[in-house]
Formats: sequence, C-alpha cells, structure tokens
Amino acid sequence: MNSIEIKKLSLNFGEVVVLKDLNLTIEKGEFLVLLGASGCGKSTLLNCVAGLLDITDGQIFINGKNVTWDEPAQRGIGMVFQSYALYPQMTVKGNLSFGLKNAGLPKEEIEKRVKHASEILQIESLLDRKPAALSGGQRQRVAIGRALVRDVEVFLFDEPLSNLDAKLRTELRVEIKRLHQKLDNTMIYVTHDQIEAMTLADRIAIMRDGLIQQLDTPKKIYSNPVNKYVAGFIGSPSMNFLKGTILQNNKPIFKLEGGWCESPDLSNYIFQESIKAETQVWLGIRPESVVVGGEAENMPVNFSLEVEVFEPMGADTLVWSQIGGQEFRFMIDGNTSVNVGDRVTVGFDPAHASIFDFDNEERL
Amino acid sequence: MADSAVVHSIDGPSGPKPRKTLSRRNIILYGTLFVVAVYYLIPLYVMLVTSVKGMPEIRMGNIFSLPLEITFEPWVKAWSQACTGLNCDGLSRGFWNSVKITVPSVVISIAIASINGYALANWRFKGANLFFTILIFGAFIPYQIMIYPLVILLRDLGLYTKLPGLILIHTIFGMPILTLLFRNYFTTIPEELFKAARVDGAGFWGIYFRVMMPMSLPIFAVAIVLQVTGIWNDFLFGVIYTKPANYPMTVQLNNIVNSVLGVKEYNVNMAATLLTGLVPLAIYFISGKLFVRGIAAGAVKG
Repeated sequence: MNSIEIKKLSLNFGEVVVLKDLNLTIEKGEFLVLLGASGCGKSTLLNCVAGLLDITDGQIFINGKNVTWDEPAQRGIGMVFQSYALYPQMTVKGNLSFGLKNAGLPKEEIEKRVKHASEILQIESLLDRKPAALSGGQRQRVAIGRALVRDVEVFLFDEPLSNLDAKLRTELRVEIKRLHQKLDNTMIYVTHDQIEAMTLADRIAIMRDGLIQQLDTPKKIYSNPVNKYVAGFIGSPSMNFLKGTILQNNKPIFKLEGGWCESPDLSNYIFQESIKAETQVWLGIRPESVVVGGEAENMPVNFSLEVEVFEPMGADTLVWSQIGGQEFRFMIDGNTSVNVGDRVTVGFDPAHASIFDFDNEERL
Repeated sequence: MADSAVVHSIDGPSGPKPRKTLSRRNIILYGTLFVVAVYYLIPLYVMLVTSVKGMPEIRMGNIFSLPLEITFEPWVKAWSQACTGLNCDGLSRGFWNSVKITVPSVVISIAIASINGYALANWRFKGANLFFTILIFGAFIPYQIMIYPLVILLRDLGLYTKLPGLILIHTIFGMPILTLLFRNYFTTIPEELFKAARVDGAGFWGIYFRVMMPMSLPIFAVAIVLQVTGIWNDFLFGVIYTKPANYPMTVQLNNIVNSVLGVKEYNVNMAATLLTGLVPLAIYFISGKLFVRGIAAGAVKG
C-alpha cells in the first residue's frame, strides 16, 4: 500500500515557480530522502506534504486519504525541524505533550506515550528540563520525540542534523536509522548532505529547480546517474568529467579534447542506445574508480599524469592532476607515498564510467 | 620577589595588562558623567525639598537649601484638599480618573495590537501588506489633524466627554506604533516554531496564547511602559475629550498649578507634580530591565 502519493503538485510564489507538476509515490515503511542544493524546492515539497504551505495545484494523499485541504495536525504526520523548534518556555515534557493536549487526549494516555517516547530516545532524565538547558543533540532528540508521541504513520524531517557538529551528526544519523528499523514508519527526510542521503535512504529523490531529476536506490544513483548534475552531486570527492568526442569505428573510441594521443576503447561501457559517431560527450569517472600503477596498465583505459596537489585523508589520499588541460582527481592508498611532480600511471574500466551527452547532459 | 621580576623581564608581558584606576581617561569619563547626572537631578532635588517646606520658608527664597523643618502638609493638601474650580478634593479625583483611563486603554490597546502584530507576522493573510501599510501610514499623520473629526465621531457615538470615549481615542492612537512593535518582534521568533505548533494541532489562538505570548514578555513590558507613560502623561486628549468631572490627573494638575486665585502655594504645586509623575516613574523602575531587554531584542528595529 502507498503511504504517500503526490499527484501533479505545483507551487508558485507569485511569478516564481517552485514546484511544477511533481509526482511522487512513497511506499509504506519506506525511507525516502529528498536531496538537492539549497533552493531546489526540497524543503518546500516537505512543507507542502506537511500542509504548512498552500499548494497551487495538484493533490496529496496520505494513507489513501486525500489530505490536500487538511490542516497539518489532521494529516497524521510528525515533523522534525532543522532548528529543533522546541517551545522554549515549556519543559521537555511540556514540549512532548503539547500536541497531545491540543488533540484532547486523556491524561493517562499522554503520560504513557511521553514515557514510551522518552524511553526509546533515552531522554527520560531530561523530562523536567527546559530546552535552554539541553545540548544540541539532546534538543534534536526531544524534537524527534515530539514527532514520536503523535503516534503517526509518517515522519517528516527537515534537515534535522544540519545544526549539529560533525561527530553528533554521525551519531544521530545512526540513531535515526535505528529508529526507522524499529518503528517501520514512512519517513521523508530532506537534506543537502549526500552522505546522509546515501546512508539513510531506501530511495533518494534528487531535486533540482523544483523537479525530481532521479528517484532510485542510493546504489543505483551512485552507479548509474541519469544526468551530469546527479553524477556531480552524488559522491565525494565528486566525479571527474572529461570533455571529448566519441569516434565510432565499429567500436566506440573516446577522443579527449586537447590531447591524449592514444584513443581509449569504451567497448565495456553499456550505452542506453546506440550512439552516433562524432558525438560530443562528457566522460564521467569517479575518483575512487580510478586505479594506479601496475593494475592501471591492465585497464582498457590508461594514461599517465603528473601529480599537482595531493590531500591525505587518512585511509586514502586524493590526488589532483590534469589531463589535456582538464582537471582529473583520483584516489590512491593512504600508505603510498607521493610527491608533487611525480608521474603516475592511472587507468579505469569504462564499465564503471558514466557518459553524458555534451549538450543536454543526459546519460548516453 | 626578585626572581619573579627577573622572569618577567625575560618573558616580557604576561597575563592581564595592568590598568590604572585614576587614569586621565577615567577622570574625564566619570567627571563628565557626574556633572551631567547632577545637572539632570537638580530640578528634581529642588522640587523634592520645596514640597516638604512650609510657605514661610519658601518665601525666604533659598530654593537649594535643605528644609529647616520637614512638613508633609503640602503633599496631603495636594492629594486631598487642593481646589480646581468648584471641587476641593485635591488630585485624588484626577488620580482615579487617570487610573480608570490608563488601565483599560493600556490593556485593550496592547491586546489588540499584539494580536494584530501576530496575525501580520505569522498568518500572512490576503491583503496583509496593504493593511500594514495603511496602519503605518496612520503613524505619520500629525494627530492634531484628527482632533476635530474625532470630536464629531465621539459625539455621534454618544461617547463625547465620557471616559469610554477617551479610552477609545487612546486605543486608536496607540495602534500603529504598537502593532509595528509587536509585528517586528514576532517576525524575529523563528518561523519553524510556528510551524511546529501548527503540526502539533494548535490553532490561531492556541499558538498565540501558549507559544507566542509566553515568549514575548519583554516586548509586552516595552509596550506597557510606552503606553502607561504615554497615556498617563497625556494632557491634550484628556482636556479635549472629557469634562471636568472626568479630567485625568495631568489636566487637574495644570488647573491647580495655573490657578490665578489666591496665593501661589509652591510647595503644594511641587507635591502635586511629583504625585502625578510618580506612576510613570514607578513603571520605569519596575520594568526597566525588561524594557531594555525588549528594546535590545530587535523590538524597535526597522
């Protein structure tokens, strides 16, 4: 059964079109992440689902019920905000029970639910404190608790971890994942952090300019991005893009713009459809798919480069270099010593690459 | 001791830089402050000492000297015996009139203005901007222009010379600035808090009373101070829109001080003036800290 169904949703702020004709179906118990740069409409979409923004056109169904005109509280959702949005004058307990009191629940039921939620989130000892006396991580737990006590089908997270420091962010990320496994609720999670998206999501929807660019599992989005934007957005460090031309001589050959005498063979790459000769393309290859040294020489594509900058990151070292005037990054093992000016042979298998049309940037 | 001196000379300065208490800068700073404070306090001092002197002592003309004999007679007279026109029951009548005018005016104007500001800041209803523009425009019209039309309006409403009429006037004139004050304060409250309350099922009034109002005590204090002092000190509206039996304290004070019959009782006049100024003064002292906090919380900016 579908938990959330969004049909032909549009939203304009005056002349500005924020969301256009958006369709999205989320299954029960699914963890969907809306990912995109700021201003892409992901938070707007979440606010529309929550009922906090009046939509211009379209319909929203939650649990099979048309909630397009319903108030946020009637939609069966709980929401967690980036700034926690705890009521400063109420205690933690007051914060948790505010919504339940508004719903007119009996006292014992409120007690029971607050107790249950605070046990799950381990905030029992904080119940009598005011939000000002809590740390960032504790505050966000309380904010999650506020959604939890509502005993709803759908959880909405609006960049819940963005205000936390890096260490807490990783901790709470795991906690949210655990929570999802335990509760099995439908969750929509908005973020601009692709690591959060990759680690948490069952499916990721990558948004840009109010449109969903690609909706798929993290793995599929990572390995088969549908266009250059998605390819560049997912993955850290981001993908290398080499400008060039495909020469079709019974097998596809890539000719790099601005040099590179050997013409590598792209036969291993699976094209969506057959490709015309002399097509201008972007060849995308992730830095982590590039191999070096002896291994590289066995690859269908290999060439040698000069190290310009290297960034040790512990387990790996990211090397910045150039090929034919175009930037090229690759990873080497953190234990390998490397110096600026070294020549390194690198190579990759085109099966792991992504090729995009030069003009419309769609995957070929 | 010698050791530490040696260490200092080797390492150079360490720890907090020593400051002289009696530096030139401090002398000028505190000297100026002292002079200015005295300058502002002298009139108050003169009023206070005069109000506890007897008339013979005042006639000697030493206004700065301390009283030889302290008497509270002038205070009692100002409060309960001074004559204005036919009434000889002192300022007490005006005091109670002022209370009857100020309390409802302050409560009503703040209640309406805070709800206005909340609606304008959080519930962007259709025409909100137009409404706000008109309201602010009202703040820039000199109110002298509106005095006569309001007399006619009150007369037609049957409220002219009555206390409810004056309360209505004060409420109307407080509206633009107070609404602006509250709107600006409420816009500084994070929008997510408002959204969270909506998800939690609170409605227009629920959010106002249980989320917004408890968070806005400083701005309520600011509004109370502004309104109490403004309305209590008002003379013009009081004298225009009421009749002698309903005159507020300020109008009555004027009538006592400016009465041309008989001897000028300076001590009674001083006592009456101090009595009239006591209420705003008390409000400032009680809420001073909250007032500053409210102003500092971005309450009066743009």
